Amino acid sequence: MDFGLTDDQREIQRTARELLSERSKPERVREHAEAATTDRDLWRELSELGWPGIAVAEENGGQGLGRIELSILCEELGRTLAPVPFLPSVLAATLIEHAGSPEQRERWLPGLASGELTGALGSSSDGSAALVIAAPEAGVIVLVDEDGGGRVLEPGQADVTPIASVDSTRSAGRVSGAEDAGEPLPGDVASGIDRALVAVSAELVGVCERALEMTVAYVKERKQFGVPVGSYQAVSHRCAQMLLETEKARSTAAFAAWAADAEPGRLAEAAAMAKSAASDAGREVTASAIQAHGGIAFTWEADVHWLYKRAQLDAALLGGAKLHRARLAAILADHAGAPAVG
Amino acid sequence: MDLTFTSQQAAFRDELRGWLADNPPDPEPTDGGDDAHFAWRRDWQRRLYDAGWAAPSWPAEYGGRGATPSESAIYFEEMGRARVPFSANTLGLLLGGPTLMRWGTPEQKERYLPPILSAEEIWCQGFSEPDAGSDLASLKTRAVKDGEEWVVSGQKVWTSGAQYSKWCMLVARTDADVAKHKGLTYFLMDMEQDAVQVRPLRQITGEAEFNELFIEEARIPDANVVGGVGNGWTVALTTLMNERAGLGFALQIRLRQLLDDLIAKAGERGLLEDPLYADALAELHVRCESLRLMAWKGLTDTERYGQPGPEGSLVKWLWSDTNQRLTELAVDIVGPEALTAGTDWSYEFLRARGNTIEGGTTEVLKNIVAERVLGLPRLKAAA
Repeated sequence: MDFGLTDDQREIQRTARELLSERSKPERVREHAEAATTDRDLWRELSELGWPGIAVAEENGGQGLGRIELSILCEELGRTLAPVPFLPSVLAATLIEHAGSPEQRERWLPGLASGELTGALGSSSDGSAALVIAAPEAGVIVLVDEDGGGRVLEPGQADVTPIASVDSTRSAGRVSGAEDAGEPLPGDVASGIDRALVAVSAELVGVCERALEMTVAYVKERKQFGVPVGSYQAVSHRCAQMLLETEKARSTAAFAAWAADAEPGRLAEAAAMAKSAASDAGREVTASAIQAHGGIAFTWEADVHWLYKRAQLDAALLGGAKLHRARLAAILADHAGAPAVG
Repeated sequence: MDLTFTSQQAAFRDELRGWLADNPPDPEPTDGGDDAHFAWRRDWQRRLYDAGWAAPSWPAEYGGRGATPSESAIYFEEMGRARVPFSANTLGLLLGGPTLMRWGTPEQKERYLPPILSAEEIWCQGFSEPDAGSDLASLKTRAVKDGEEWVVSGQKVWTSGAQYSKWCMLVARTDADVAKHKGLTYFLMDMEQDAVQVRPLRQITGEAEFNELFIEEARIPDANVVGGVGNGWTVALTTLMNERAGLGFALQIRLRQLLDDLIAKAGERGLLEDPLYADALAELHVRCESLRLMAWKGLTDTERYGQPGPEGSLVKWLWSDTNQRLTELAVDIVGPEALTAGTDWSYEFLRARGNTIEGGTTEVLKNIVAERVLGLPRLKAAA
């Protein structure tokens, strides 16, 4: 039993944190968010480092590392709200790799892994998906539907209309007319989605961490009534609650990332736990961050609202907490849950 | 990251599981009251002792197995899973023994450790007082030196098992003229003297799990000071640090079992298809599993980095809050039976109210998290 990262994994984490603290500073995120542009330079740099293909198998052009390594990157990118389509791209790659045909894998994965191509993943109903993150810039779009099916589309096979989501750190689009467009994914779409959920959960953990760090730093500095507001228990206990929510999300996300590679039999349960915990934590922790910052957080100039907005999009992506708890209840009804470890 | 047991850990678990399967405790006595119940637990500890399972985490030289913290956690998980009673001398095994091993003299270790293990001498904990709960260091029980003895007077509360105990881990004030943490001393007090009166404390559930101690000029030989005069606060912290480490794993497995029982009950009543109940049960499942993951993570970090960190406060907070939510939901799912006095569910429901108070109130735990984990400034307390 060991929850620690390996030396290699720690190195990935350290490198990512250092790079992003330089290249994805709050000012730069704000610039791109306000202009509604993707940070192409950063994307190029991440691509050169092989990040988009970290979890893609070597025979498909990736680095062939695991879900834990991918989660490490998602967490770091979430912390800094990097304005690049990393998450949507790896989600599309995940579905194609796990549910695609050999031809589909061969066609799309090398480009997604190298970063030449970016992807997007959306949930559709009757061939339409109202909000697909990074769809306008995507070279390949994967849509999963309510019946458990999935399709892979090239741009041009459906209508993609750019829209502005509340989170302008990433582009978004509406996809329509895709009912019979593109090709169906012939494989196990459900387990592909579960792996995708692990990555989204990891990004949310990163968002929570950053929101908590910013809040703690702020309430130590900000004084009212002559003392730091963080010395009031009404404020400090809120911060403690933020940590508890973050740790619940972190522990379940870590378990799910581990299970995805090491114990796939428990992946469905683990992914549902992770996404429900992370969706709740993402929304609660970032909302608390705004409350603890007070009036300043409500202004456009403060940075904390970008975290709040990113958390909303990620929390909704592939279903929110309630949907995944409903899934979990169905799993529990089938068999009383065995303990998560051992 | 590898969330499976090592072959050594699995072997430890399998050996214990096998032993428990072959040596189940006698059925819980249904009459005879508290005394019969205690005798049952004492008998159980003796059997564990005879088989070398009373305190695996104790070093071999004191009769344990030198089990690692992980193995110790596995021990409590397996005990919880097998639904065996807590050992009669749980406080001696988990708190008193380890405190003596850290602070006791060679003579004290030799004298006191063996009968803790064998349940010959039961231990209780005399820390809290009516006016010293969360602010433990403000305790008022006084000890005054008289030749080779100390004379102790005061009142203690929440002393579980006092009526069966031979020894009390007692913290008393030996110097009133220094800062409150500095004037305390840790004693082993013989409970078998008239100067110590034990009065059962009837609680919210109707039973008396705890007691009050009234101490009027009790005598304690100087040889029974543990860790030196004036060092009581530090010694007491050793005891408190050990309080949650092991027991937490047993409590957590009980929570899991209670949740499994509740899910089964909800299934019987067709409530698993009801979205509101399904959502609430799934949320409890997430909490229960993340609790276990967090506890194991804390433990394995401790094995790597040494001392348990204040992160343990998160685990206790989450456990207590989850147990309360679970038992409240049980009242909704089980219905009137859970509100009928004497039923298991009504007991669990009422007993859970204590969880967020005992062993550190949730408010104190939040302070610990805010101050020691997050590094937030503390509000100046009144002197």
